[in-house]
Amino acid sequence: MMNNTDTKQIRILAIESSCDETAAAVVVNGRDLRSNVISSQIALHTLYGGVVPEIASRKHIEKINQVIEQALSDAQMTLDDIDAIGVTYGPGLVGALLVGVAEAKAISFARNIPLVGVHHIEGHISANYIENKELEPPFLCLVVSGGHTHLVKVADYGKYEILGRTRDDAAGEAFDKVARAIGLGYPGGPKIEKVSHEGNPQAIDFPRAKIADGVYDFSFSGLKSAVLNYLNGCRMKDIPINQADVAASFQKSVTDVLVEHAMRAIDEYHMDKFAIAGGVASNGVIREAMRNACEKRGVKFYHPSPILCTDNAAMIGAAAYYDFISGKRAGYDLNAIPNLKLGESGY
Amino acid sequence: MKILAIDSSGLVATVAVAENNNLLGEYTINFKKTHSQTLLPMLEEVKKMIELDLDTVDAIAISGGPGSFTGLRIGSATAKGLGLALDKPLVHVPTLDALAYNLWGSSDVICPLMDARRGQVYTGIYAFEGENFTTIKEPCAISIEELIQDVNELGRKIIFLGDGADVFESVIREKCNVPFRFAPAHMNKQRAASVAVLGMKLYGEGKIQNAAQHKPDYMRLSQAERERMEKQRDFQI
Repeated sequence: MMNNTDTKQIRILAIESSCDETAAAVVVNGRDLRSNVISSQIALHTLYGGVVPEIASRKHIEKINQVIEQALSDAQMTLDDIDAIGVTYGPGLVGALLVGVAEAKAISFARNIPLVGVHHIEGHISANYIENKELEPPFLCLVVSGGHTHLVKVADYGKYEILGRTRDDAAGEAFDKVARAIGLGYPGGPKIEKVSHEGNPQAIDFPRAKIADGVYDFSFSGLKSAVLNYLNGCRMKDIPINQADVAASFQKSVTDVLVEHAMRAIDEYHMDKFAIAGGVASNGVIREAMRNACEKRGVKFYHPSPILCTDNAAMIGAAAYYDFISGKRAGYDLNAIPNLKLGESGY
Repeated sequence: MKILAIDSSGLVATVAVAENNNLLGEYTINFKKTHSQTLLPMLEEVKKMIELDLDTVDAIAISGGPGSFTGLRIGSATAKGLGLALDKPLVHVPTLDALAYNLWGSSDVICPLMDARRGQVYTGIYAFEGENFTTIKEPCAISIEELIQDVNELGRKIIFLGDGADVFESVIREKCNVPFRFAPAHMNKQRAASVAVLGMKLYGEGKIQNAAQHKPDYMRLSQAERERMEKQRDFQI
């Protein structure tokens, strides 16, 4: 046994099943990624034009053991080597979350391994720690995904101040809906980005929503409606629709709003580090716009690789580590909380 | 052999540990709390009370369905996690079979009923020929009227049990024309002890799975899959 706590490595097995990816990973000391296994269901849900919760839950239960076993074997470890288990317990689809939570609790119970419940958004933020070893709070983080749009001040590990959030659709949701409307299909983000390279982002002037009583809040449903109205207008007037121009102009509108909000917060809160996270953070156009805006201000810009932007368990392992060393432990009555708020402890 | 059994297919959450001819511990709760909050704390309590060394368990018996989709998955994920962590096999015990086993040795035929919503029950018909447990009607999801018709055609004395027996009591009283009885409270809902005993029997017959293979038997497609198939069928017509 190692007694010196300075050299003690904390090895965390992390499990994530909040939406349509069944994932497990092994992360050492919150930053050192040893394995990262993701079983994606995207192809299956494409048949339905979006994630079907019951189907997602059924797939999770079929895959979860293989995914966990693969994560351990890729890391060349067994459960004997694991110091703690981290699991996403919210927010997300309740039926999907419950699979990961029940599995994690059973393993924790059977092998007497401490358990930590992780907030999914905290996971996305923490994805930045894995590839940026020097990144430490405080920093500003924009979390943009299919289910979330949050502008968060990360004051310290586990300490978050939400500056703004979406009032209606998440940014990624707007991508999915617009992609469907212009015939690109699901998932919308990557498909819109791809065709946007052929289009003119200035072609159509879509709105950039501002919210009077919440300068950092977002709204994307007006933008989505504007795109749908534009498409209807074209059809009625028999004007041909340029798919690439619509995609590029829509993406530009989203990008401008995200950049404007983020930079305003950086200025107001005097932040010198900025990170993006979540599935939409893998969008190259948004990423470049953020990088340029940060460079102009002399602000350091961080982002995870695309594989760590979309849902994964590596990020849950990173977040679980900081919860673990701060002494947080979940009991065997840990429940899935579909609408868990960031910064709120559900156990 | 020693077996650990779990059933969270319906409103009841129940866990048990049995060894050969002895039930070592059983904990059954029929309360509004979710299975996610109750199941594992109950198992922990049983483990503590009987000073169970989990490594001495030979297999995990899981009531595998039909039932509440979410309830089945909580039980299934718990069993799969235990199987993975302890490197032990799982025994998939059909939920309706386990319910029928509550009435071991009955000379009347046994009909478990689980409320399946949408006007249906998950049900089957079982009998004991001496010690021999036989299935007269395989587990299925049908309307209560269709079931009662089968029961009447069978023409044997019958005992109903399960949460569906409460829901459909008045229909049964009205339409069932063979002698029938309703099982009392100590045997009319899921009991992990029954899952354990039937699980040991199945284990003896070599009917085991590894934990990774196991998945619940929902006996129904998801709503989205059903609607998609109906659409495709309409299209073909």
